Amino acid sequence: MEKEELKKIIYELVEKSMGKKKLKQSDILKKVSADHGVDKSEVKAALRELMDAGELIFTYFGGSFVEIPPKE
Amino acid sequence: MSMKHQTPLLDELEKGTFPSFVKEIKRAAEHSDYAQDLLGLLELSYKEKVTHWKHGGIVGVRGYGAGVIGRYSDVPDQFPGVAHFHTVRVNQPSGFFYTTKALREICDIWDKYGSGLTNMHGSTGDIILLGTKTENLEPAFAELSSRGWDLGGSGSAVRTPSCCVGAARCEWANIDTMSITHEITQHYQDEMHRPAFPYKFKFKVAGCAVDCIASIARADMSIIGTWRGDIQIDQGEVKNYAQGGMDIQKEIVEMCPTECISWDGSELKINNEDCNRCMHCIAKMTKALRPGPEKGATILLGSKAPIVTGALMSWVIVPFMKMEPPYDELFDLVDRIWEWWDEHGKNRERVGELIERLSFTRFLKDVGLDPQPAMVKEPRRDPFFFWSEEDVEK
Repeated sequence: MEKEELKKIIYELVEKSMGKKKLKQSDILKKVSADHGVDKSEVKAALRELMDAGELIFTYFGGSFVEIPPKE
Repeated sequence: MSMKHQTPLLDELEKGTFPSFVKEIKRAAEHSDYAQDLLGLLELSYKEKVTHWKHGGIVGVRGYGAGVIGRYSDVPDQFPGVAHFHTVRVNQPSGFFYTTKALREICDIWDKYGSGLTNMHGSTGDIILLGTKTENLEPAFAELSSRGWDLGGSGSAVRTPSCCVGAARCEWANIDTMSITHEITQHYQDEMHRPAFPYKFKFKVAGCAVDCIASIARADMSIIGTWRGDIQIDQGEVKNYAQGGMDIQKEIVEMCPTECISWDGSELKINNEDCNRCMHCIAKMTKALRPGPEKGATILLGSKAPIVTGALMSWVIVPFMKMEPPYDELFDLVDRIWEWWDEHGKNRERVGELIERLSFTRFLKDVGLDPQPAMVKEPRRDPFFFWSEEDVEK
């Protein structure tokens, strides 16, 4: 799978879960890997690009989670 | 700069001959608004007997999920200087070796972007830079990075590995703690900066069983230097200790936890089969006793402080592992443990707590480790009974 497509899948997964369940990085790796038959390392690399671009961020509330940054 | 706030309660803690944190904060307050309002906020907390800090939230530098710990005050209007008071963790070098120039650089950066207050070092081992605003995080990080520093771990990530000074300054080190810690830090950069675990994971590397960094009580994975083979005895030096006034019977023989040493006044004997390598005799008679020739480490797992559930001590999982670069055996073991923890761990469950919940036998089985006598932690904590369902039915 193309990395851009993978990034889109990850972003949508995080977006859909907002307000319902906080996702940990490992939740995302497991879910995307299982649903799309992609190796976890590829999902991790795509997630890292989203983080580096600031499209997703880590938050901390009694554990570390992946979320969409709040709009300024 | 004159003091903005009256602090009669804090002033009491300046009295006496010991160093005072109040004195230090007041010194910082001479040129820092952060420190001025920190004094005011703290005085209010002392007065009302409640904390005015909030913890966590969305704070960090781009691409990293660790290294910055968000702190916000719940009375920002009253003390605007500490409305944000985030902590920055900087990855310390192995064994805490710095030049004075390097420390001055860090302090200059922190005077520029933060409160000017630091902890040397935090309990995990990082250099802790206390108190800055959200908007100062990126520039402070950029300046630290430009001088070769990086952030340490925080949150549900690998925490900055730390070690004793090892062979760099200690004659007892059985392993190169500095190299191991450095290599673990390099190998797990991603896991340190991008929190991916159920909860935190700490590595601490001790050169010997004296365990000066208390790894057995504080690290999820304790790597403790040890040896194989017989303790090497120089009988001439043993006699020198005796002639120098050491009561070998009382101080060495009777202090041996496994009672494996005997002394007849002229010769020291050790039953090495019964020795548990605690280092007591070697540490007391360094000139006379040396560890056996084959050096390595005992790997232990699972200690933690009592935050979510009670405190745990580490548990032996590998009695002896050769510790030579590139440490592939260690990394392979760590990866298997993390996979198991990731698969079964609940949110905020340390790996030691998971072992307590699912059992040590299950852990050994799933991670692929064979039970050994050295793994017996205490009575009724025996790793050997692998009853299968078929065994129970019989």
